[in-house]
Amino acid sequence: MLPGKQIMITGASRGIGRAAALLLASEGAQVILLARSLDQLEKLRDEIKSAGGNSLVYKADVSQAEAVSEVFEDLNRQKIYLDSLVNNAGIMKDAVIQMAGQDMTREIYETNVFGMMHVTRLAVKSILKKRGGSIVNMSSIVGVYGNLGQSVYASSKSAIIGYTKSLSKELASLQIRVNALAPGFIDTDMIKNMDSRFYERNLQSIGMKRIGTPEDVAKAILFLCSDLSSYVTGQIIGVDGGMVL
Amino acid sequence: MPLDQKLKDAFADALSVDQSVITDSLKYQGIPEWDSISHMVLISRIEEAFDISIDTDDVIALSSVAKAKEILKKYNVSS
Repeated sequence: MLPGKQIMITGASRGIGRAAALLLASEGAQVILLARSLDQLEKLRDEIKSAGGNSLVYKADVSQAEAVSEVFEDLNRQKIYLDSLVNNAGIMKDAVIQMAGQDMTREIYETNVFGMMHVTRLAVKSILKKRGGSIVNMSSIVGVYGNLGQSVYASSKSAIIGYTKSLSKELASLQIRVNALAPGFIDTDMIKNMDSRFYERNLQSIGMKRIGTPEDVAKAILFLCSDLSSYVTGQIIGVDGGMVL
Repeated sequence: MPLDQKLKDAFADALSVDQSVITDSLKYQGIPEWDSISHMVLISRIEEAFDISIDTDDVIALSSVAKAKEILKKYNVSS
């Protein structure tokens, strides 16, 4: 579905990013993978290679603008330009308002919002060389509905929705589609340490009565990166199994 | 190809206008075709034509054809 396409995925070493890397590579894309852990990226690169796929890996924390700029400089030197960007890198921290200090707020926004915007700014320049492409941002169900104890995290994910909708308008005439996914309760490291009562409560709120998998979200990413979604832009697509918050 | 002609081609392609419109005095937003959206395409076409990567400060500073020529000198481009 994606032969010859070059697709960057941030936060690619684990969870949804990792599942997306494996799926998009299996569909013929050269995946360009960014994450903070080079060790995990190299293992993923080997896995992709042994399945017959192709990837490039870069150790880069998206909250560090200089590191991200260097990745794009390297790609530009190699004349590798993007067809798609998957803005997946993100961090989640829970705290009720009186416990949510400025340091935590800054840390979440540096990655989830400012970092995402910097990657996108550079990626758009790259995608323009291909005369069009697709950007997939990772919001969250809590960015749409809000959630107790997640005012900071949820607001960072709401910012992604506003950014997606505005950018889709800016870039539509340039044939660059911009959409966001709003995953629900997904089985990733982010929820590994969740209190069992909250886990059970979340599970009961899902219409399909099962937790989502990173692969469930990766399939939606494939849809948005491929021509299957050639006329879809400015949309926030829930991948939540019918979860109600 | 001479630098001026290369630049003219990039402008005409990005703005979808006739080459006769591309003069040194042409300014950003001076014609309807050179708006903020086509400016992004223009930067991309200039980068491709001269095999350079234009810094964000220069993207903003590139406000006329004359200014584009001045900025290109910084990047040591040749025809």
